[in-house]
Amino acid sequence: MSEEEDDLVLSELDDDELVQQMHDDLYDGLKDEIEEGVRILLERGWTPYDILTKALVEGMRIVGIDFRDGILFVPEVLLAANAMKAGMNILRPLLVETGAPKMGSMVIGTVKGDIHDIGKNLVSMMMEGAGFEVTDLGINNPVENYLQALEEKKPDILGMSALLTTTMPYMKVVIDTMVEQGIRDDYIVLVGGAPLNEEFGKAIGADAYCRDAAVAVETAKALIAQRKHNQVAG
Amino acid sequence: MNPTPEHSPAGPPRTLLIACGALAREILALIRLNGWRHMELLCLPAKLHLTPERIPAAVARAVEENRARFDRIAVVFADCGTGGLLDAECARLGVERIPGPHCYSFFDGNEAFAARAEAEMRAFYLTDFLVRQFDAFVWRPMGLDRHPELREMIFGGYEKLVHLAQTEDPELDAQARECARRLGLAHERRFTGYGDLDVFLRGLDAAPLNP
Repeated sequence: MSEEEDDLVLSELDDDELVQQMHDDLYDGLKDEIEEGVRILLERGWTPYDILTKALVEGMRIVGIDFRDGILFVPEVLLAANAMKAGMNILRPLLVETGAPKMGSMVIGTVKGDIHDIGKNLVSMMMEGAGFEVTDLGINNPVENYLQALEEKKPDILGMSALLTTTMPYMKVVIDTMVEQGIRDDYIVLVGGAPLNEEFGKAIGADAYCRDAAVAVETAKALIAQRKHNQVAG
Repeated sequence: MNPTPEHSPAGPPRTLLIACGALAREILALIRLNGWRHMELLCLPAKLHLTPERIPAAVARAVEENRARFDRIAVVFADCGTGGLLDAECARLGVERIPGPHCYSFFDGNEAFAARAEAEMRAFYLTDFLVRQFDAFVWRPMGLDRHPELREMIFGGYEKLVHLAQTEDPELDAQARECARRLGLAHERRFTGYGDLDVFLRGLDAAPLNP
């Protein structure tokens, strides 16, 4: 790190510079700096929603692009996610108070037999950042957990994640059960995880396969808009 | 370097094994033990596991480049996180692949591994290769050398490290125990030998050539 960077005082930067610096700090996974940046912007009268979208979500979007392009790898993304999470922890109660716009709601979880949650946690966080109300069921979820959460939360979207070739077929068990119960079309079903692909998503009857957290957010927004359009047209 | 097998029209079919580099030592051992002089090994970099989506294309390239020189080509990669794409590619190329989702599975025996899946959901597996190459294939790619604080995020869901041992090697066992300690996991050793890898290669050796 150069001496100039060592001496950087976030509070002395103007808004644009600070937001730009926060993107860099997110990229570098600097949690303390992100927390400081969030507090400074709040003191300057920024709305929590603007801080979330312009500083944090936009910063993570850049991280996501570089991950997709093979410039960043899992550890760097995890550090960036940790930093964003720290910023969101400050903003979350304030977002509730200030009534930030809501895009929709999602229930998400890793399927039965699978304990991997890195990707699922990233999706969960980015969806929350994009204005979705997220219920995270955690790992190792049998079909009953999903059905119960759908019944209780009535979300727009069900998200399922799996890392293992051996556990990804369980997604079909969940979707087939939803079909049997006549509730499949009540929800948008998104699936993701390292060994999945678009073909698999189609084969099991999901609405879409999402290759990463950024794609999940974009797909969720697009499918919700399409659904609303269809409801109006219908 | 391209493999150059002996040409023996009257002998057993000249067979090329296109394999993951993580299996090189074990396959060479089986070839040597069984005297399969008609089998040649071509390894692709084990690092492909870090980007499984690249495995099908890499295998396809190796098959196309070598097809003319062999009577038979077999692929010794498990599905390895390709989500069925490697199988689709093998079907398109008309080559056989060793069954199994991961090398852990076929070393352990695919049936036994599947039967244990639920009970061992929180097990993190290492083969002999991965014990030897722990830093290069686990510790560094996961960033734990630079950011030890990520350990809980990445390995927090695991409870034990299961060393699926292909060989009897006390030194390697000690290394595996050390790997477990570094990851904060309990250690278990399970001797598997070559498992279904041996079965697959024997099957290839015994099977007649498809017309």
